[in-house]
Amino acid sequence: MLIKKPSDIRSSEITPESVYRRRRELLKAMLAGGALMAAGPARALERYELPDEAKRYPGPEWLQEKLRAASKGQPINGEDLTPYRHVTGHNNFYEFGLAKEDPKAKAQGLKTDPWKVEVSGECSKPGSYNLEDLLKPHELEERIYRLRCVEAWSMVIPWVGVPLHKLISRLEPTGNAKFVEFTTLHDPDQMPGQKSFFSTLNWPYSEGLRMDEAMHPLTLMAVGVYGDALPPQNGAPFRLVVPWKYGFKSIKSIVSIRFTEQMPRATWNETAPSEYGFYANVNPEVDHPRWSQATERRLPSSLFNPNQIDTRMFNGYADQVAHLYQGMDLRKWY
Amino acid sequence: MVLSIAELHRSKAGRRSFWWLLFLLPLLPLAYIAEAAYSLDLGADPAQTIVTFFGIWTLRFLFLTLAVTPCRRLFGWNWLQRYRRMFGLYTLFYACLHLLSFATFILGWRADLIARELSERPYIIVGFVAWLGLVALGITSTRGWVRRLGRHWQQLHYLVYPIALLAMLHFAWLIRAGFGEVLGYALVLLALLGHRVIYWWKRRSRVQHA
Repeated sequence: MLIKKPSDIRSSEITPESVYRRRRELLKAMLAGGALMAAGPARALERYELPDEAKRYPGPEWLQEKLRAASKGQPINGEDLTPYRHVTGHNNFYEFGLAKEDPKAKAQGLKTDPWKVEVSGECSKPGSYNLEDLLKPHELEERIYRLRCVEAWSMVIPWVGVPLHKLISRLEPTGNAKFVEFTTLHDPDQMPGQKSFFSTLNWPYSEGLRMDEAMHPLTLMAVGVYGDALPPQNGAPFRLVVPWKYGFKSIKSIVSIRFTEQMPRATWNETAPSEYGFYANVNPEVDHPRWSQATERRLPSSLFNPNQIDTRMFNGYADQVAHLYQGMDLRKWY
Repeated sequence: MVLSIAELHRSKAGRRSFWWLLFLLPLLPLAYIAEAAYSLDLGADPAQTIVTFFGIWTLRFLFLTLAVTPCRRLFGWNWLQRYRRMFGLYTLFYACLHLLSFATFILGWRADLIARELSERPYIIVGFVAWLGLVALGITSTRGWVRRLGRHWQQLHYLVYPIALLAMLHFAWLIRAGFGEVLGYALVLLALLGHRVIYWWKRRSRVQHA
């Protein structure tokens, strides 16, 4: 007989007492509802008008409920959302291949529920959490952010998630916690890119933030995009979004959060330290050694309009985050 | 197949029809990308897709041009020789499309961006120099220039080797992680150039022994 440890039983598997007591009533209601359900899938997630042929990602039931209750995000004045098909079809997720269309083509089999997140290091609530339980007390918020890739293209994306500082406060970091380290799933059977002989990256992918960056109200742990759950190619089921840093800082499919005293390793920084710094703040004045960061192509670009726009300091979030880096030489700490 | 192509070249009609075949085939990549662009099938970043597409086909035609001599020596495909100039001109053709699409679709012909790219970006500079070299070879590819330059023509056209190396460098310099594709192309180039080195070395030792 399999005896599950309490931590293995997800909240969603436990029937609340109130439901249990009304089970007969509910059964009847469900039978009646069955006829309605057969008419078509629930449209409750339709926050955005998406084309009918778009592949949708409703996510597990416990998440659907939270997504429906999410607050609506504030649009960015004068900047349109990047269309859904580009947000979910143009991705850098090297675990699934190097080409922009690889993640969408190769990530669909990724098993994202149930999902465990290991919390460790300098905190008083370490442990192995079910994602569902980690998110349980929190309401989801939509945040519409610019995403600036280090390759000089950008998008505007409506994420749904929980501000990281709310999660961190619950995990109670100790006074020694100066940094937070995140790690992506390492599972070459599901992530073919991790098997590649020609890759220069060391798996698992890992990234980190300084504690004050992690606690900043803009920093988000996303579980959804465009009103739905995150598609695997966008880092399902749980990813970081730091809008004032280059995209590679916003690590995907996170399985570990560790509080550390020392600056943690960061994959791109480790691979090419002269090209990718630990901070990786968007900065039009500090070029990548091989290309300029002064401008960016806002996607989708078209053949009639390259849509080259000027890159802004801290990706346009300078008012909110510049104080974090006061007195630092940003040429040195790129 | 090989034999039949050689036979085909014995008749004027055969030569003519084969010329047309090899003239039209290299236009297929252009037709393919034009169709994809027309049906808006190029993804979120069509500019990058098109520029990369023309770049990779430039390299492929360059390799095809460089493959003519080894194929003649190794397989006796002497009929290939008469198409070498056409392959070379198609290399230039795709290189021009690559550069034009970069200037148009990525830089939007903005003078400040063009100046910046040409002065600061090593891989752009290397690619541009390679393109200038191809232009020089293209201009001097006519019968008139071959006659006028005499033996200097061959010397000038040895430029194709440094051009190939610059093009390879231009390509490799863009890699962020994952060098599998570049490695594949580099190995082909190594084979094409290596064949020439071995041939030259063997001939030299033969001459010395004689």
